[in-house]
Amino acid sequence: MSLDQIFDRIFLLPFLNGLVLAVLLPVLGVWIRLRDEWLAALGLAQVSAAGVVLGAIVAEPGMLVALGAAAVAAAAKAFLGRAGNDSYAVMILLGWSAALIGASVTAHGDELGRALVQGQLYFTGAGHLEGVLALGVVSAALLPWLSPRLLLGRFFPDHFRANGVPNPHHDLAFDVLAAVTLALAATAVGVMAAFALVFVPPWVAFRFARGWRLTLVWAAGLGLAAYLVAFVAAIRLDQPFGPVLVAVLLLVALLRVLHRG
Amino acid sequence: MSPALLEVDALVAGYTGPVVGPVSFRVDGGEIVGLAGSNGSGKSTILGAIIGTARVFSGDVRRREGLRVAIQSQSPVRLAEMPITGLDFLRITGADRHAVPPPLQPLLGKRLDLLSGGQYQLMNVWACLGCAAELVLLDEPTNNMDPRATSSLLDVLRASRENGRGVLVISHEHDFLAEVCNRLVEVRP
Repeated sequence: MSLDQIFDRIFLLPFLNGLVLAVLLPVLGVWIRLRDEWLAALGLAQVSAAGVVLGAIVAEPGMLVALGAAAVAAAAKAFLGRAGNDSYAVMILLGWSAALIGASVTAHGDELGRALVQGQLYFTGAGHLEGVLALGVVSAALLPWLSPRLLLGRFFPDHFRANGVPNPHHDLAFDVLAAVTLALAATAVGVMAAFALVFVPPWVAFRFARGWRLTLVWAAGLGLAAYLVAFVAAIRLDQPFGPVLVAVLLLVALLRVLHRG
Repeated sequence: MSPALLEVDALVAGYTGPVVGPVSFRVDGGEIVGLAGSNGSGKSTILGAIIGTARVFSGDVRRREGLRVAIQSQSPVRLAEMPITGLDFLRITGADRHAVPPPLQPLLGKRLDLLSGGQYQLMNVWACLGCAAELVLLDEPTNNMDPRATSSLLDVLRASRENGRGVLVISHEHDFLAEVCNRLVEVRP
């Protein structure tokens, strides 16, 4: 298959879907890493996957149920407070268990379960792209407002309480944004690839970057580069997209080892 | 007398049970008040009662309405990797980058994880003192500081009197407090 065919109309929508996610997920991942909540990303992605399977069982649109499940997971996380890795581990196990048990109930659920593991980017269409673009617009509008508050809350944890705001809304707003993005991503690139996009580029950027804005640029750039390589490689090698993207991101992660700080 | 920024009246505070008090003091604009006492005497519990993380058993904590507060905690958040420069850090609180104390100026372009404990502590203190807050709460600001950094901290605190804000400093170092504070409050468990 030639590169011309890869960027043919058939692949254009999936390509654009993944392109937006490949930039958005690492950027969100920078804040998730700053909050030391990267394990939560896997929990949210896994719960979203369970939502997709559940949607297949109850014959509702899987993506809507996945978004609902992710929003519920984000609300539960906010309710538990900064409970840390224990509660995120429970989310991961719960999502994994529910997804696989659900997948065993129906043939369609089984098919979806496999797709969530391997990623079904090449089968995403206009509906998914609308959702992803809407999320991109919301993120672009919300992040400039969220960013200074998230940084302030991270480095000066008592600031908001000391100023009479014991439960600031920005934490929940960010959690819901991350959860919805991960839900959409899990239905496009698969659970582990979505998690890898949140985890790996920020992990490398945190080692390299000299400044906060450069960290965001590095993370977005690494995510984008890995995505482009994986998109072409998966088609040319006729391999499932999710595992190929994860493999490319793991190669990107080697940059951490090579860098002497 | 103009209303105080902060007024603590016969406060008894703690967590599951009372830890400290009764204690009374006030902080006005343009003055530095020190809470002195040995480790474990309950100084940080008083701070907790002021910001709402500790329980008030009796007495009263009154803050001027709409008071903007900056707080430097006893153990600043320090991540293993912090790709944030000193300048980024000051932007977080909106601290004045043009009036940065001389010892911090060469550090503005450095990542925070490359700073020593004392340098990071001083950066934290300036992030609070250099911002627009009317009341600044400093909990053990001399932690991790060598004599040179402590001397810089004294200069920064003295200069802060001139801009009209109130500062409440908690420290177990009596000499440090005596050197910089307008008034000292002894705290005993």
